[in-house]
Amino acid sequence: MAVAQRKTDIGPPNYKQFLHPLIKKNYGQWKYHEILEPGVMVHVAHSGDKIYTVRAGTPRLLSIESIRTFADLADKYTGGYLRWTSRHNVEFLLDDPGNIEPLKKELHDLGYPVGGTGNAISSIVHTQGWVHCHSSASDASGVVKSLMDELYEHFTHMDLPAKLRVAFACCLNMCGAVHCSDISVLGVHTKPPTINHDDLPKMCEVPTLVASCPTGAIRPATVDGKQSVEVEEEQCMYCGNCYTVCPAMQINNAESDGISIWVGGKVSNARTEPKFSKLAIPYLPNNPPRWPEVVEAVVNIVKVYAEHARKHERMGEWIERIGWPRFFELTGIPFTKYHIDDFKHAGETYKRSAHLKLTH
Amino acid sequence: MAEKEPKTPLLDELEKGPWPSFVREIKKSAQTNAMARGTLGQLERSYEDRISHWKHGGLVGVMGYGGGVIGRYSDLPEEFPEVAAFHTYRVNQPSGWFYTSEALRTICDIWEKHGSGLTNMHGSTGDIILLGSSTEALEPCFADLTAHGWDLGGSGSDVRTPSACVGPGRCEWACYDTLEACYDITQTYQDELHRPMFPYKWKFKFAGCPNDCVAATARSDCSVIGTWRDEIQIDQDAVREYAANGVDVKSEVVDLCPSGCISWDGNELTIDDPECVKCMHCINVMPKALAPGKDRGAAILIGAKAPIVGGALLSSVFVPFIKMEPPFEEIKELAEAMWDVWGEYGKNRERVGEFIQRVGLGNFLEEIGLDPVPEMIAHPRTNPYIFFEEELEEDEDEDEE
Repeated sequence: MAVAQRKTDIGPPNYKQFLHPLIKKNYGQWKYHEILEPGVMVHVAHSGDKIYTVRAGTPRLLSIESIRTFADLADKYTGGYLRWTSRHNVEFLLDDPGNIEPLKKELHDLGYPVGGTGNAISSIVHTQGWVHCHSSASDASGVVKSLMDELYEHFTHMDLPAKLRVAFACCLNMCGAVHCSDISVLGVHTKPPTINHDDLPKMCEVPTLVASCPTGAIRPATVDGKQSVEVEEEQCMYCGNCYTVCPAMQINNAESDGISIWVGGKVSNARTEPKFSKLAIPYLPNNPPRWPEVVEAVVNIVKVYAEHARKHERMGEWIERIGWPRFFELTGIPFTKYHIDDFKHAGETYKRSAHLKLTH
Repeated sequence: MAEKEPKTPLLDELEKGPWPSFVREIKKSAQTNAMARGTLGQLERSYEDRISHWKHGGLVGVMGYGGGVIGRYSDLPEEFPEVAAFHTYRVNQPSGWFYTSEALRTICDIWEKHGSGLTNMHGSTGDIILLGSSTEALEPCFADLTAHGWDLGGSGSDVRTPSACVGPGRCEWACYDTLEACYDITQTYQDELHRPMFPYKWKFKFAGCPNDCVAATARSDCSVIGTWRDEIQIDQDAVREYAANGVDVKSEVVDLCPSGCISWDGNELTIDDPECVKCMHCINVMPKALAPGKDRGAAILIGAKAPIVGGALLSSVFVPFIKMEPPFEEIKELAEAMWDVWGEYGKNRERVGEFIQRVGLGNFLEEIGLDPVPEMIAHPRTNPYIFFEEELEEDEDEDEE
């Protein structure tokens, strides 16, 4: 019987079977690496062996047709060995440097840009958006595509002061964990959910729904004689957790959903400690298919950063050196009351010194 | 049922421009797959309406597992019947996202047979995402996956699919075997991964050095960050070569060292290693000349999370240094001790980082049997509201006797 043969809990396949023979041989014995050109690296082992990497950007959403194309390229140029990076780039691992140029050409002709190494903008880590998410305030893939079309030269060149990591999440749950990126683009809901009191008793369990709210804004209520809930609107922060457990709590709103921009986060420990991204722009309109306002805002921030930051300085390090008042001045972004924290521990973000750069 | 590709004037705009287009990807699958055509049609509608047309769908999955499949339904099932049910599989990726062409083709063949042909390489937590399956296809697809050596990843309140940086596979900075640690720990906790029984999710991420290429410090409840205890290895000739080839060692390396422990006299680089905070900057700038020390291991930081529910947190130091060698008993014991306490006292949907803040790091450490050390804090408390415990007085009495 089929059920008796059912396999479970086997876990992932052992990575060892997928390692290039040259990687197996020099495992843990790497000496140094060099970036030969944007998107091309060589790692040199103590044995003298060299493994070459060609890195290409992908849209993250891949058809099996494209994955098979990558598999064909791997067979042709790498003996069948490839990997992905944590930022959705595909990497081909070659032992023959003679294969680098033909592989690059094929990737280029197929429309997958080679780059994303060193002081560049690598692929944008992002979420599902309208392709597959129920609580997305915006599409993810479309915003990312629109941004990368404009930032393309920063992927294929290494001309920035330091690496610049961009991430996108389509609601404040931040599945893309965009909270520590140089530039974070974040879809935001700005209004409490609309309650469908007819559907709610049929579709949802009230106690589960009440418990789902992180701020305790949802309370049981009787509406038109039916068991339902009410939302204390001042307490709602538009997270959409209620919508996740109850489809009758519609959080998505075509009129008021939009996009916010955050800057200055990093996860690396290099020089300065890891830090959160901070709010730069609280709200921009959701404007498919090309999101011109969002693209313009991000391109502007990248441009100002590239002009003013010192070599090796990440976005957040640059801003800390010049100070936030100067960041807003240089970028021309208006500072509003929304920039001032009013959630937990907000007071820690107030400036409590007279260290002020004053002019005039 | 849409047998022809739907008209998508808005999405077609996103086929233009130099960056690879996700719309082109969907269209590639749409040539042969009705679910992909449905995806295209519904997505175009979202672009017109500026709103998502998906509903969260609670209880779908495969037999015996509580996680690994995300239920999803269209809110326009009459118009887009091909995607009326459009569930997602999270397939546990191999450590370090290494593949062979053969392995990828196997997954593609399975997904061609059972689903939309659309994937994400990879999801935010690291899994291979197979995007769009009908409810009936779930079990057969799962059977095909496991028959070929692939299993589902985590979802819900369980151990989420651990992930690791490229590590010793292709990086000279790997201070421990991230790939093996990730594989070993994933295999050890298969039950915890497939059957949600925690207050909320728990993520492990394995980064080989403090550059943290998998964002462990920002994204994982248990962040294992490779580091070392002895001296940075210096090749003085190679330093001089960098200096000769345009690296300004003074301004680019010495002046940017966060602990001011490097000096350069134009000929020799000196590092006051006990003062080094292992930030990686000097090594990043001169990888041919500098390397992490030889006494390598990892720092264990705990508690990172994205904003939901109580605000975002970065992980904080629990163990400044441990050796990370198979079978990784020390980190497993630590994780299990934390699961015991958090599992018993954590509230529903309270991540361990939030739990620790609620009960106090000091109390939590006591519960899991870890001694407090100053490496755990940015600075000691600044308020005098110390809740002294009664035993303190008794202890002092005993000392006097």
